[in-house]
Amino acid sequence: MPSTPGARPPPASCAQCPRPPLDFTTRAQPLPGGDHRLELLISGLSCGACVWLIEQALAAEADVLAARVSLTTRRLTLRWRGPAARGNELVALLARLGFRTAPWSPACLRAADDAEGRALIRALGIAAFGSMNVMLVSVAVWAGGDMGDATRALMHGLAMLIALPVVLLAGLPFYRSAWAGLRAGRLNMDMAVSLGVLATTAMSVSETLRGGAFTWFDGATTLLALLLAGRVLNHGGRRRARQASAQLLALQQGSATRLNPDGSSQTLPLEAILPGHRILVAAGEALHLDAVLEDATALLDTAAITGESLPHPYRQGDTLPAGATNMGAPFVAQVSATLAEGSLAAMARLLEQAEQSRSRITTLADRAAAIYIPAAHAIAVATFLGWWLLGGETWQGALVPAVAALIITCPCGLAIAVPAVQVVAAGALFRQGVLLARPDALERLASADHVVLDKTGTLTQGRPTLLPDPHPEAALRQAAGLAAASRHPLARALHRACPDATLADGVREFPGQGLQAPGMRLGSAQFLGLDQQDDGMALWFAAPGQPPQCFRFTDALRADAPAAIAALQAQGLSLEILSGDAPPAVAAVAATLGLEHFTGGVTPQGKAARLQCLTATGHHPLMIGDGSNDAAALAMAHVSACPAGSTELAQSAADILLTAEGLAPIPAAIATARRAQRIARQNIGLSLAYNALAVPLAVAGLVTPLLAAAVMASSSLIVILNALRAGGRTWTR
Amino acid sequence: MDALILLIPIALFLGLLGLAGFLWALRAGQYDDLDGAAARILFDDTPPRKDP
Repeated sequence: MPSTPGARPPPASCAQCPRPPLDFTTRAQPLPGGDHRLELLISGLSCGACVWLIEQALAAEADVLAARVSLTTRRLTLRWRGPAARGNELVALLARLGFRTAPWSPACLRAADDAEGRALIRALGIAAFGSMNVMLVSVAVWAGGDMGDATRALMHGLAMLIALPVVLLAGLPFYRSAWAGLRAGRLNMDMAVSLGVLATTAMSVSETLRGGAFTWFDGATTLLALLLAGRVLNHGGRRRARQASAQLLALQQGSATRLNPDGSSQTLPLEAILPGHRILVAAGEALHLDAVLEDATALLDTAAITGESLPHPYRQGDTLPAGATNMGAPFVAQVSATLAEGSLAAMARLLEQAEQSRSRITTLADRAAAIYIPAAHAIAVATFLGWWLLGGETWQGALVPAVAALIITCPCGLAIAVPAVQVVAAGALFRQGVLLARPDALERLASADHVVLDKTGTLTQGRPTLLPDPHPEAALRQAAGLAAASRHPLARALHRACPDATLADGVREFPGQGLQAPGMRLGSAQFLGLDQQDDGMALWFAAPGQPPQCFRFTDALRADAPAAIAALQAQGLSLEILSGDAPPAVAAVAATLGLEHFTGGVTPQGKAARLQCLTATGHHPLMIGDGSNDAAALAMAHVSACPAGSTELAQSAADILLTAEGLAPIPAAIATARRAQRIARQNIGLSLAYNALAVPLAVAGLVTPLLAAAVMASSSLIVILNALRAGGRTWTR
Repeated sequence: MDALILLIPIALFLGLLGLAGFLWALRAGQYDDLDGAAARILFDDTPPRKDP
């Protein structure tokens, strides 16, 4: 269906592609008394001023009862008096302020619902209270050398009274995790922490009842407080990453315009569209469902599904692939499969299979714990047996040096050593626009040794640009005036090359062929009746009194791609290109970048198979891609990243999300990850060195609670200070 | 040493008061939006109140 002659095209920038506004009427929850409540995800919220603006603007509306924005979760809770449809107007008000909104999806809720974080903060509060108040009495015992036995016993009794509930409550996160690990047959770090804390407390209770000289309640509570502080930091960083990825997905959640039999149209969430429904796909809108074309022709950009850089023309009765974008005139199509059964869902299932078959990596902390914990426990047991059987102590007396050994080896430094580095490194990466979406992404990235790159949209801009051949200025201006009327990528590129050209009068578009205005034609060689070879990346222009003019285009490399490739090679990584586009186009890009290994025309299954093969032969591939056709390969790779503007599937499959387009942050991220891994190893070494010094003293029975506290605090402090270096530049600035 | 009989309970009571305050603040959702709370202190306009 040709577009109306002379119709004004939508604005040239793609960010303004017409997106049908989603109907929020069904999302508003009715409250008693005729009120409604709506929860929204707000995008573009960057600081407190945005919160102020939104809350003020909404509160100024007469019927809004409450509007509250959470900056951390980007969630707006809105309550108003009146009909549910009023919600759409309020959302439109936000859009006028420049904020994009999306319904608050269950995935967002899961990511933001932070019961675990609240439990950790509560435990930290209790442990901090306990450790400070136990110190109140413990310091008195350490300092009061002339204290009488009765007073000392009173002090120890008081410390026990405070410490027992604190150890029981604040230690719960560790006990739970240790128990879960034990049931799965694994010894984790939490097991060592739990054992250390509980044994220390038990021994201190026994010493208090016996009237002994030393109790260790201060050590047990301070240990809990320190470890919980590390845990809270770690959890906060991971939650931020999880939330960011859930929200990126929610913002992309689409809708479709259904044409009802009575001639009306309705914008509905995709789940509500069933096979047989007729949908209207506007120019520039994405087609989210498999459908059969009802109109005569349509032009769709399938780059996200196949990696091809030029749009495909379709005819009436053709099957249109879900995930394509309409580059031509609006068309009507009949839906052939629901969202859950369509081809996008099939790709998502492929992705799930890939994720299941992906190997679990043993993290550095796991490996250290697996060796360290049995060793620490063996030393403690040997100390107890040695003093009891060989040293002639009573069993209670032998317990004292054994528990001292346990608390000295209690992996305080070790438990903070790796998380502290990861928190600092993840924070530094976050500021560089790199989001770690999976907890082990940093370690996986550090060990990558091979990079597999997608072409369209990753290495290249994913849209054509005009080659700088010599063109007569007047012809370029006239041709751009014609091109301004079309959404075809080549026409858009031509218009970008001469943006101030005025739209020609009476332009008529023949989708898939070209544009015509009185006396002028712009389009394929065939459309102009020329006998020329055409590789699809050229437009011909004919005007009266001029020879036909050829404009050639190329899918240009991203400006930062050569530098990023060179940086990756300098880091010792081998590279290859794996693309769904035609082999000659891939070969050209590979030649420009100087890459020897490339494959074109690869199917999504082929990409996944290549990654599987690489992993099976012992490589650790880093896959970078942006299309739905890359999703399975991204999930299969050792580690994967996708640039901003990637498809929903690719983003849900990737370990690492970039918040900017292009590859520039990748080499820096690898450098940060490797540095972080090095510092984490150093940290483990440091805390082991501490143990090597202190354990013999503890075994010999020479460690007092005061000395243990000093060792514990100083080793943690050194490890944390060393971890701060993982942030890189921010530390030296 | 008799002072201890009085001072230690007072110290513990004050500590418990702080802990209770912290737990109340946590339950009241004051730790839910730490980034927003940092900025909110700077908002000087009281939002226009409307009669229901």
